[in-house]
Amino acid sequence: MTINETQDKIIDEFSMFEDWMDKYNLLIDIGKDLTVIDPRYKVKDFLIEGCQSKVWLHPEYNGKIISFSADSDAIITRGIVALLIRVLSGHTPDEILSADLYFIDTIGLRQNLSPTRSNGLLSMVRQIKLYAMAYSAVNK
Amino acid sequence: MKDINEIRADFPILGREVYGKPLVYFDNGATTQKPVSVIDAVNEVYTSYNANIHRGVHFLSDLASEAYENARETVRSFINAGRREEVVFTSGTTGSINGIAFSFGEHYVKPGDEIIISHLEHHANIVPWQMLCERKRAVLKVIPVDENGDIQLEEYYRMLSPKTRLVSVAQVSNTLGTILPLGDIISAAHAMDIPVLVDGAQGIQHGYVDVNSMDCDFYVFSGHKIYGPTGIGVLYGREKWLNELPPFQGGGDMVDQVTFEKTTYNELPFKFEAGTTNYPAAIGLAAALDYVTQTGREDIVRREEQLLKYATTKLSEIEGLTIYGNSKNKIPTISFLLKDIHQYDTGMVLDKMGIAVRTGTHCAQPVMDRYGIDGTVRASLCFYNTNEEIDRLAEGLERVKKMFE
Repeated sequence: MTINETQDKIIDEFSMFEDWMDKYNLLIDIGKDLTVIDPRYKVKDFLIEGCQSKVWLHPEYNGKIISFSADSDAIITRGIVALLIRVLSGHTPDEILSADLYFIDTIGLRQNLSPTRSNGLLSMVRQIKLYAMAYSAVNK
Repeated sequence: MKDINEIRADFPILGREVYGKPLVYFDNGATTQKPVSVIDAVNEVYTSYNANIHRGVHFLSDLASEAYENARETVRSFINAGRREEVVFTSGTTGSINGIAFSFGEHYVKPGDEIIISHLEHHANIVPWQMLCERKRAVLKVIPVDENGDIQLEEYYRMLSPKTRLVSVAQVSNTLGTILPLGDIISAAHAMDIPVLVDGAQGIQHGYVDVNSMDCDFYVFSGHKIYGPTGIGVLYGREKWLNELPPFQGGGDMVDQVTFEKTTYNELPFKFEAGTTNYPAAIGLAAALDYVTQTGREDIVRREEQLLKYATTKLSEIEGLTIYGNSKNKIPTISFLLKDIHQYDTGMVLDKMGIAVRTGTHCAQPVMDRYGIDGTVRASLCFYNTNEEIDRLAEGLERVKKMFE
């Protein structure tokens, strides 16, 4: 599935719910399916700065595609990072770098998931793109 | 005595909805909402008499200067300072503490000297002193707190020594709501001629503050936490200290004579008010203090004691909920966690129910370390909140538990 196909699928899943409590329940469920990070990567090196809850993100590059695993100590945050991974994991660095993550706005994540000043979501996106940029540079 | 509906009607924002639900605003520790009289006062400055203060020869400048100086008198009277020269307008509590840490530090602190703070402090009353201690190679001492969140006075008494230059403590903990025993702290320091700064950011809006009977040397607070505008704060200092201390900022209005060889400073309080101050906010602050006085400070305290009691009872009934900070002397600020649920998850879900709380470390990481946690949910109430709102919080928390079990 392409990045945009996955995004459209997620938009479809969220469009079934009007109420935010239902959307949160969906996020909680999505978080349960996350490829959980190996405990040895749950260290400061893989901690994303700028989140109110702790988020660890680990990239694995096989020379072609990057696979991400992650975890968070907050359940809703785990759901958010799981969504990002579902969209971006398993793609090439260049695909990840050029991805336009329109699903974030469409399902209302940007306005509604950052009531605090620490917008963890944007830090996660930035970190994923940084990894992609680093691996893309290795290729060239 | 105003009834609660009259009080709430004074604060337009309290009538709004968020996510289609009536707002429950329990984040008063971060900032308070503003009554109409404050909004009108600031509005009036800009619509009727805005001009820079203390500078112009013209009509509007006179009006603005007079309103600004009247605001100073309102503050003086509200905190019962001896003289209006002892009331300096600053940008807020943080600005006031940084100013004193700089001026006092430059003037009095030498290598090896000690500054005492408590374990309950907000970062604003920690970091400026750490910076001073680094500059001067001085030592920062911290009064420990017990499990209930009360400071350990015996330890404090042992800490006081001829090396102590200053004690700087909060009137009330922003995280746990603990009211500190200022009488004991100040009298012990004064017995050794050590001055005391009181950070009143979380205190002034919840009780009767009289700097004269409190006998502190400095008292600082922010306008926005006592129903006034943001960007304005107060530094009260005893005249003796303010005369001795050098200014912490240089610029216009704070000078007497300026030549390139030497500048002499203006008299108090202008010596500490460099540049154009936030005079519209100062005028708004005076309106806020007038509002508090008219509403009745005793009445506010009585309402808040009742809210604290009701909220503590109600939250304690929730299984798996732990309250951090159980001092007998508290304001209605309640820090808590639900068992096995991250504070961020709790806060996010409450938000969608229209309930505004704060989550995280509340700019007081050492307090979190004391309890071995990395954050709490904080519900900070004030006199315009109601028991019905507390019921909604309790119901909300039950729902949070169901979602994350």
